[in-house]
Amino acid sequence: MTGSAEGIGARVTRREDKRFITGKGRYTDDMAVAGMCHAAFVRSPHAHAKVSSLDADAARAMPGVIAVLTGEELAADGVGNLICGWMIHSKDGTPMKMGAWRALEHETVRHVGQAVAVVVAETRAQARDAADAVVVDYEALDAVVDSLDALKPDAPQIHPEAEGNLIYDWEIGDEAATEAAFASAAHVTKMEIRNNRLVPNPMEPRAALAHYEEADEHYTLWTTSQNPHVARLVLSAFYNIAPEHKLRVIAPDVGGGFGSKIYIYPEEMVCLWASKKTGVPVKWTSDRTEAFLTDAHGRDHHSEAEVALDADNKIVGLRVKTVANLGAYMSLFSSSVPTYLYATLLSGQYDIPAIHCNVKTVYTNTTPVDAYRGAGRPEATYLLERLMETTAREIGMDPAEFRRKNFIRSFPHQTPVIMCYDAGDYDASLDAALKAIDYDGFAARKAEAARRGKLRGIGLSCYIEACGIAPSQAVGSLGAGVGLWESAEVRVNPVGTIEVLTGSHSHGQGHETTFAQLVAERLGVGLDTVSIVHGDTDKVQFGMGTYGSRSGAVGMSAISKALDKVEAKAKKLAAHLMEASEGDITLEGGTFKVAGTDKELPFFQVALAAYTAHNMPEGMEPGLKEGAFYDPTNFTFPAGTYVCEVEVDPETGKTEVVDFVAADDFGTIINPMIVEGQVHGGLTQGIGQALLENAAYDADGQLLSASYMDYTMPRADDVPSYRLMTTVTECPGNPLGMKGCGEAGAIGSPPAVINAITDAIGTNALEMPATPANVWRALKSAQPAQAAE
Amino acid sequence: MYETTYHRATSVSDAVAKLGASDDAKVLAGGQTLLPTMKQRLAAPSDVIDVTHIADMKGITETAGGLRIGAATTHAEVAGSEIVKRMLPGLATLAGHIGDPHVRHMGTIGGSLANNDPAADYPSAALALGATIHTNSRQIPAEDFFTGMFETALEDGEIVTAVEFPKAGACAYAKYPNPASRYAMAGVFVAKTDGGVRVAVTGAGQGGVFRHAGLEDALAQNFSADAIAGVTTDPDQLLSDIHGSADYRANLITVMAKRAVAACA
Repeated sequence: MTGSAEGIGARVTRREDKRFITGKGRYTDDMAVAGMCHAAFVRSPHAHAKVSSLDADAARAMPGVIAVLTGEELAADGVGNLICGWMIHSKDGTPMKMGAWRALEHETVRHVGQAVAVVVAETRAQARDAADAVVVDYEALDAVVDSLDALKPDAPQIHPEAEGNLIYDWEIGDEAATEAAFASAAHVTKMEIRNNRLVPNPMEPRAALAHYEEADEHYTLWTTSQNPHVARLVLSAFYNIAPEHKLRVIAPDVGGGFGSKIYIYPEEMVCLWASKKTGVPVKWTSDRTEAFLTDAHGRDHHSEAEVALDADNKIVGLRVKTVANLGAYMSLFSSSVPTYLYATLLSGQYDIPAIHCNVKTVYTNTTPVDAYRGAGRPEATYLLERLMETTAREIGMDPAEFRRKNFIRSFPHQTPVIMCYDAGDYDASLDAALKAIDYDGFAARKAEAARRGKLRGIGLSCYIEACGIAPSQAVGSLGAGVGLWESAEVRVNPVGTIEVLTGSHSHGQGHETTFAQLVAERLGVGLDTVSIVHGDTDKVQFGMGTYGSRSGAVGMSAISKALDKVEAKAKKLAAHLMEASEGDITLEGGTFKVAGTDKELPFFQVALAAYTAHNMPEGMEPGLKEGAFYDPTNFTFPAGTYVCEVEVDPETGKTEVVDFVAADDFGTIINPMIVEGQVHGGLTQGIGQALLENAAYDADGQLLSASYMDYTMPRADDVPSYRLMTTVTECPGNPLGMKGCGEAGAIGSPPAVINAITDAIGTNALEMPATPANVWRALKSAQPAQAAE
Repeated sequence: MYETTYHRATSVSDAVAKLGASDDAKVLAGGQTLLPTMKQRLAAPSDVIDVTHIADMKGITETAGGLRIGAATTHAEVAGSEIVKRMLPGLATLAGHIGDPHVRHMGTIGGSLANNDPAADYPSAALALGATIHTNSRQIPAEDFFTGMFETALEDGEIVTAVEFPKAGACAYAKYPNPASRYAMAGVFVAKTDGGVRVAVTGAGQGGVFRHAGLEDALAQNFSADAIAGVTTDPDQLLSDIHGSADYRANLITVMAKRAVAACA
């Protein structure tokens, strides 16, 4: 590596921010093509109902209406059902029970907001007016929204394919060894833990513009996707929209995803189909209510968790039973989230010899649930870290010391739940966090707060997560329908400027800056000579996209491999041009030098020489452009300790997060400023889950929190000024030593917050979100006399 | 939003005439509730009559017995008014905490009172301070103006033109906001008026804003936070939703009342 002031480790300001901050971003809804019309969906107001009849005659006669299309026509045209791309088998060996999910449903609707028809009209307003005029008669059926209720014998049956609403009954770990550990335990702590359902709420709602050009039998789809190639693959291979070479998917600037824009949804498919059917380009942009009702939700687990200790307070076993709510249909990766992305992390940072986890997933009459920032790891971390804190309190041991006593210290470490941790230093992040928060001084701070009438509490979370998903062979053996490598191409132009084509997709992560920093580091060129190209299947080679904090560890590793090839070829050419031995060539500050001499050639001149090709080494092809695919050898394992201090107002139940320390180990960091931004965002989403956010349904399946009037997003005054620090163990599994930072904040923070609040209020009977009303109720039930004052 | 026709009224009489000329017109007095409702397609007036450019309906003036605020005066103007801050500091504080800066620079006191949202802030001040609501045709005491959730004594075609507040010895407002919407879950306005201590509660009651006799009686005896710590509210009369039970709101009324009383000192 040649080093650069703009290279790895530099706090370079984000190059993409000029267009974002000045309102010049180009999002899907900004796109327009001549003759474009607009789609509006007719949606079910019922959570569960038979569609008795649909009358669109009046709608078809309204001004500007091009067509009203229904599910019967969609099915007749052979458009495929939506699929889940990760096969999970139950413990008895049977495959998961996938119910049919049609993009437009004409027989039985299964959640509020499910689309039953689409109107295409010349203006958006005309389309919406006509959608209101479509008359649908429903025969309402009983609905079920809670996952435990859905498993009861008298629950409404949602899909004929899934008897008793059970999708799969899966297990991981050694049940017999775990039973034996519990049988011999000196102490057992048992808890029921619920992980609340969340709505992703990216700032930009989903959108699609589909343009079918009949002369070429070719489709173009602009859409809000985190992975345009995967979208094209699924639309081609499973939904029969068009063969891949006849379908171009463009994901331009995308305003946040958090997982919710990984999946293929009904609306994008319907726009493509409708464009061909009507002969006009069709645009749809979700409004906020549609986003609440149809963007894949996150979390929603009910669990029973037990930990067994020996007489020395060492953990000897962990037993978990989880029921996960997948909503009305199985979204694209929904099956993997409560299984391989969840239960494989249940060992946490701890040396636990025996673990057994059983997961049942169920259908309910709610919006489908899939990966949301953290995807399974927040659920695992919340469960384990609540259990660790509670156990420490039960046995009367300091929670930090109880964790420390059980830390893994030797690597690689094989857990009983598949994962093999490659590197880490959990003492280092715990020490750093405790020092920063002044752990020993907490009692004095608590006493001072008490004098002001406030209940102060402190809570820890020692999280570990798995990023950089993942070795293709490994995930394939676990049921994934795709490989999870990444691709890159580095194109050096004749003048020496560089384009990096990446299969990763930036929707807020800052790739245009960090990926260019890697090039600057490696080739010694200025950032302004590098551009990052992504998000267009016609421009970029097949790639897997961005989710699971993989774009650094996997996406940049692919770029690094391509840069290796560029550098090797350029060095060989430079040696030839300077009549030196290849072994004597170094690349320093953007210049090739011959060691021990004053001979040198700037990088751009070597690039030019590669394209003029007047003087090439024997057998070398002209040009300077190299591609690479990188398939990781393992997951990466970011880890850290978060410490939260809260003050609770006992009169109102209001929690204020007064201090929050995050000590993270992300391995190598490319741009500390961008990493801090990722952690700030993650922590804020995690605190949002812990204190504020909740997708609340009534018993009939109506989403009560379907707008910002009732769904509480975290705001600036809900969160403290975070205090961040990093400790570093490099990841041995990839060339840059990177682990990933995009989700850690959302994974690690909720248990720290709830542990702090339960410490403050002196009762453990508190679930997320710890709204003022919930905290007040917990206080009141614990100390009725005091709270009644 | 469905199609609608916008009219800008030049005077109160012009507004009344325009309102009368349409079967389905709404007064637009800042639009901070009306426009979002229209965007959600939950309201579809054929015409909207904008009254915020009527000079007679704007501004704050000191009167013999107190102060007069034009109905089209924004929350930000009330919050920033030296007259309001000097004479009724609790009212200025209340106005300064409505919604967010955008809402405070568009929304108006007349619009808020005429809408009578059960979680709006202004109705509590009007009721506690014994304000008089002036319309194009009459004057209505606050006691008679608020008749239920989103309901007022206003007749069809009647427009709020101003609000007159009498002086008060001391007054303060304490609000506990809904975590999501930040409307009041319980807002308590306490005033020492010529007619005694008056306490009005917004955000919590099933019928909208109401005076709280229990708190008023206790404070008349002893105007201190301690004196009302044991005063309770019947939860059967209160709202209950996903943000808080009626019991919780009953608790908040007492807590907010204590804080408002403390702020009066």
